[in-house]
Amino acid sequence: MSMSTKSAVIAVLVGATWLTGCVTINIYFPAAAAEKAADRIIDEVWQLRDDASPINGAQKEGEAK
Amino acid sequence: MTILNTLRVAVGVLCLSLAGLAFAQGNLEINTPAISALQQAMQQRHAQLAPMYGSGAVGLARDGTVAVRDASSVPLAQRGQLNALIAAENADRAALYREIARANGHPEWEAEVRTTFAKRWVERAQSGWWVQGAGGWTRK
Repeated sequence: MSMSTKSAVIAVLVGATWLTGCVTINIYFPAAAAEKAADRIIDEVWQLRDDASPINGAQKEGEAK
Repeated sequence: MTILNTLRVAVGVLCLSLAGLAFAQGNLEINTPAISALQQAMQQRHAQLAPMYGSGAVGLARDGTVAVRDASSVPLAQRGQLNALIAAENADRAALYREIARANGHPEWEAEVRTTFAKRWVERAQSGWWVQGAGGWTRK
């Protein structure tokens, strides 16, 4: 095996390991995105967007003053 | 040496594009017919559950479900109805967590989706509602 072939093989192996690492990002649970999704669903289920929420209501009143 | 460099560049570009893909997934998919249907059913049920949360009969449990906390405030005749309501809500919640994990191509995420929801239900509960923490039930 010539020197350059060996280098190429090593490069491919290193690259493959690297790629696996990159793909792993996708397998980790996206906690922030899940929290956002949960909030959107909770808004809907508890009807918090149509100022049913006392917190939102208070904020709006505060802004009006 | 040129092969090596070409490979390096190719791998680098691939890696960057994959990282970009992961980054672009800032949102979880929640717009599926199954999720929408569950959401709507839960929203309708909330009209019945909200007074129960307020009275303390029902609380938000730390495992992402709802639980009977103090049935004494509910007349005996209505307790069967209360249990049915809780069971229906918990069935929908379990299905919701499962569907979100599935809709995003990772059914194994179900437990983590549930944990995330459990935390947010509790954090966003209105004042006066009962929530379950590590130390037991507390009133917000």
